[in-house]
Amino acid sequence: MRRLIPLIFTLSLCSAWAAPYTPAADTEVLERLPFKASAAEGQELRRLRRAFAEQPQDLERALALARRYFDLASAEGDPRYVGYAEAIIRPWSVAAEPPVEILIMRALIRQYRHEFDAALADLAVAAEREPGNIEAWTWRSAILLVQADYAGARAACDKLAALASTLLTSACNTSVDGMSGKSRQAYAELSRALAERPDASADLKLWIQTRLAEMALRQGKDALAEKHFKAGLALGVTDGFILAAYADFLLDRDRPDEVVPMLKDWERSDILLLRLTFAEHAGKQPSARGHIAMMKERFAASALRGDKLHQQQEARFHLYLLGDVPGALRLAEENYRTQREPIDARILLEAALAARDWRAAQPALEWLRASGYEDPLFARLAVRLNGLAR
Amino acid sequence: MSRKLPPLIRWLPFLLLLASFACHAHKPSDSYLRLKLDGARVTGQWDIALRDLEQAIGLDADGDGDITWGELRARHADISAFAMARLKLAGDGQACPLQVSGHEVDRHSDGAYTVLRFSGTCDSAPAALDIGYSLFFDIDAQHKGLLSLEYRGRVQSIVFTPEQARQHFELGELTAMRQFLSYGREGVWHIWIGYDHILFLLSLLLPAVLMRERRRWLPVARFGDAFWDVFKVVTSFTVAHSITLSLAALGVISLPSRLVESAIAASVVLAALNNLVPVVGGRRWVVAFAFGLIHGFGFASVLAELGLPRNALLLALVGFNLGVEAGQLAVVAAFLPLAYFLRASGFYRRVVLVGGSTAIVAIAMVWLLERALNMKLISA
Repeated sequence: MRRLIPLIFTLSLCSAWAAPYTPAADTEVLERLPFKASAAEGQELRRLRRAFAEQPQDLERALALARRYFDLASAEGDPRYVGYAEAIIRPWSVAAEPPVEILIMRALIRQYRHEFDAALADLAVAAEREPGNIEAWTWRSAILLVQADYAGARAACDKLAALASTLLTSACNTSVDGMSGKSRQAYAELSRALAERPDASADLKLWIQTRLAEMALRQGKDALAEKHFKAGLALGVTDGFILAAYADFLLDRDRPDEVVPMLKDWERSDILLLRLTFAEHAGKQPSARGHIAMMKERFAASALRGDKLHQQQEARFHLYLLGDVPGALRLAEENYRTQREPIDARILLEAALAARDWRAAQPALEWLRASGYEDPLFARLAVRLNGLAR
Repeated sequence: MSRKLPPLIRWLPFLLLLASFACHAHKPSDSYLRLKLDGARVTGQWDIALRDLEQAIGLDADGDGDITWGELRARHADISAFAMARLKLAGDGQACPLQVSGHEVDRHSDGAYTVLRFSGTCDSAPAALDIGYSLFFDIDAQHKGLLSLEYRGRVQSIVFTPEQARQHFELGELTAMRQFLSYGREGVWHIWIGYDHILFLLSLLLPAVLMRERRRWLPVARFGDAFWDVFKVVTSFTVAHSITLSLAALGVISLPSRLVESAIAASVVLAALNNLVPVVGGRRWVVAFAFGLIHGFGFASVLAELGLPRNALLLALVGFNLGVEAGQLAVVAAFLPLAYFLRASGFYRRVVLVGGSTAIVAIAMVWLLERALNMKLISA
């Protein structure tokens, strides 16, 4: 029986206060690290860490390591690395006038934590001190896009035109166009840019395929969108974003049975676990229950630390898996105050519709009108919501 | 899924916007700290992620990417030293040194954690507690320490961050009344679980509904007689143990606990024997007073474990004492009417008085042996 106890708790996995146990054997593996110290990433990281440890006051070395950690956070989706990067730049970041590179690094970290205004302020100071800094303008455009400030994002793209390559400028411009009623032109321009650069890296191609799929969806061209999703997946690059976007596409079209096999090994990613659970729930699979419990625990763990980064996901979870309409609407409303991407607007519209609360949907409806965002799915939601007003 | 990002990504934040979407795949670093303050005594449990310890001090000795129980076990001493140097507790400004008492493993939503169990003692039960937390803040600016602090039945949750690495708790914000009541409750509780005190009292109370005439037990005629006898016994026991409890709690007298505990057991034996072979007749209150002095030292040791708040010493002492009295009165209130009702029966005299006293003598003899010789026969 004694031996069974740890097993049972391992099975019940991630409770915030499960019962501690003593492993039975020295060989029992407790934790798998993201990569081996001997692997290429491990060696590269060790080299950077050693260099930094030798001269922790050296700005170049600190930035190299912080940058590496930030890239790892993005690739692995692991926020711990962002904390490491922030700790490394702290000696410079607390100074009265941090160097431009530190300001940009700090802006990256702040946007990761959804502190968009603070990130923009850092970028503004950086651009003022170094107007030719490409990164300051690209990040400014990207953040303004999340805040649905399309004019501001466009202005930042214009600054880039004189500084950066055509490809980068084109990526910047089509990102704005795709959000603001010009999906057709954006799609054409981005397709052309992709065709001109067969040498582009798989990562970049993947990003472009995902964007093309989204632009096709906004024009109501489902088959074309699916073609781009499949082309992106066929590149063989592991990427949570395209998986999530494709899963949403399939779920919207009542094809949950295709989502489950695609995402069954992605429990560790919150955003993919959410989609997997939706699919299992829709397909009435028994595994949905365990996954719902797992998600509850993850949200509880982040609530414990006071994080509010998950509200968009949490709102969807409350609306469709817990059937908690008021809770979902509260989360979606709060989320929309900081995050204004289409997906944030969509959950607000859906939650407001479920609650039959036309007023709560106003910020998203206003965005839909003002931006000219084209997706027919959003248009249908708006029609139904406006029907409530009458 | 580890892939190296091309340099191009630096110039394409749009690519990284997927990070703002995908950034929740894992959890940022947290540690879970539970502290329980019981008077001057602190016990705690601290769950620290293996991922974080790997980053700070390195656990994966063979570099194969897996942390095994063996690798973790080999670093237990280092982990204790590393962690405990980053947690500072002070009660009323005086440091409360902490000691690790055990290591286990647990799982949280983001992986395996080492579990440190620890304990320590403050100089006295603190009215204010200061906690300084600095684990991992030097290497991870997003790390948080999630504390759950439990004291006097209340639980408070606090988050430590690099910006908020020190926290101050006014434990004395409990009103004087609540403090008084809380010590009173402890007093009641310790009478209730202190079988030796209850059996001593019962031994003295059993004959209260009877009177001794020509070597025979006869029932008392009036309830008033029994009540008066009980009143004298209970009052003198109370006065006596209040005196020694106060003196010991204030540090005026102190006796070795083994001597006190043995004497208490002996007092139970003698009090019960007196019912079988009466030596002291109507003056049992004198016995109650004399042995009550000993029992007071016993209560004092309980109070010492609880710890007395410096700012409300007298209040706590009186509260505890009154709690003990209330507990006693409850025993008496349950006993007296029942005994009075049964007093004329042979059952009461033979089974309750003789049988009960015999049993008490036997039990108390065992305690006496255990305590005097410092061995374990039965658990009391």
